[in-house]
Amino acid sequence: MNRWLLWVPLGLFAVFFAIVAAGLMRPKDNIVESKMVGKPIPEFTLPAAVEQRPALSSTNLATGEPQMLNIFASWCVPCIAEAPQLLELERAGVKINGIASRDTPQDIANFLNRWGNPYARIGTDVRSIVQLELGSSGVPETFIVDSKGVIVHQHVGDIRKEDLPELLKIWKEAG
Amino acid sequence: MKHLMVLFALLTAAPLVAQSALPASPYAHQQLADPNKEAEARALMDELRCLKCQSQSIADSNAPMAGDMRSQVRERIAAGETPEEVRSWLIERYGDWVSYNPQVNALTWPLWAAPLILLILAVWLARGRFRRRKDK
Repeated sequence: MNRWLLWVPLGLFAVFFAIVAAGLMRPKDNIVESKMVGKPIPEFTLPAAVEQRPALSSTNLATGEPQMLNIFASWCVPCIAEAPQLLELERAGVKINGIASRDTPQDIANFLNRWGNPYARIGTDVRSIVQLELGSSGVPETFIVDSKGVIVHQHVGDIRKEDLPELLKIWKEAG
Repeated sequence: MKHLMVLFALLTAAPLVAQSALPASPYAHQQLADPNKEAEARALMDELRCLKCQSQSIADSNAPMAGDMRSQVRERIAAGETPEEVRSWLIERYGDWVSYNPQVNALTWPLWAAPLILLILAVWLARGRFRRRKDK
């Protein structure tokens, strides 16, 4: 047998070890990306979440202008953290639609009074049905929908100040 | 004293990430009336990954979202969909990731092929050894 063939098992083990070690050292990534990005918004109709804003259905999202769709909840702490950024997007001219996840009208109204209301429409999704249709796995999450109603981007987690330029860019390009 | 204060702070701390106060979906904790359909739904729920607690199945998880998913699975199966239809409905939205039972495709076929290839390789190696011994 060739001398160097003796080293093959050790070499294979080294490769195996390197793969496992790299996997162990990589930071954990819990983000679940929706496979609906690039597809038209699924059909849905949600009742109004609060009196001050109209209800939301999928037809409201294919109106010839790019829009954002933000999934939030009054019981979600990161949603409070992203509230100022949503208001800033609204000031920049972005039409933001809200989906309130597993929430009561009273709690949603209190949340909006306290942290601001950047939403044009708010639908209430008490059983996460539309959230599952969208491939969304939690709150907060924000989708950018283009003028034809196709989902072009998903932002998982709260929107931070440093995310704003990128989101505005994608929104402008979706027009 | 310091330890006591820390203990007190821990005892009175409110959870940072509260969960929804709304009641669970109708079939989150309730079985289907038809035992055959319930068995089908249950088998599928064991193989679907919870989106919140990512190492649990939705059958195991107490997360409200897992409850909503269980309810959807039961309602869809009660409405006549097959478990595989429900599974592909979720895979279409969340990717292969959501199912614990991987489907055979261009990326996953080595999972089934590798053991066969290794077995064939082992038989071939062993044959070579036995033959050499005979020659002696």
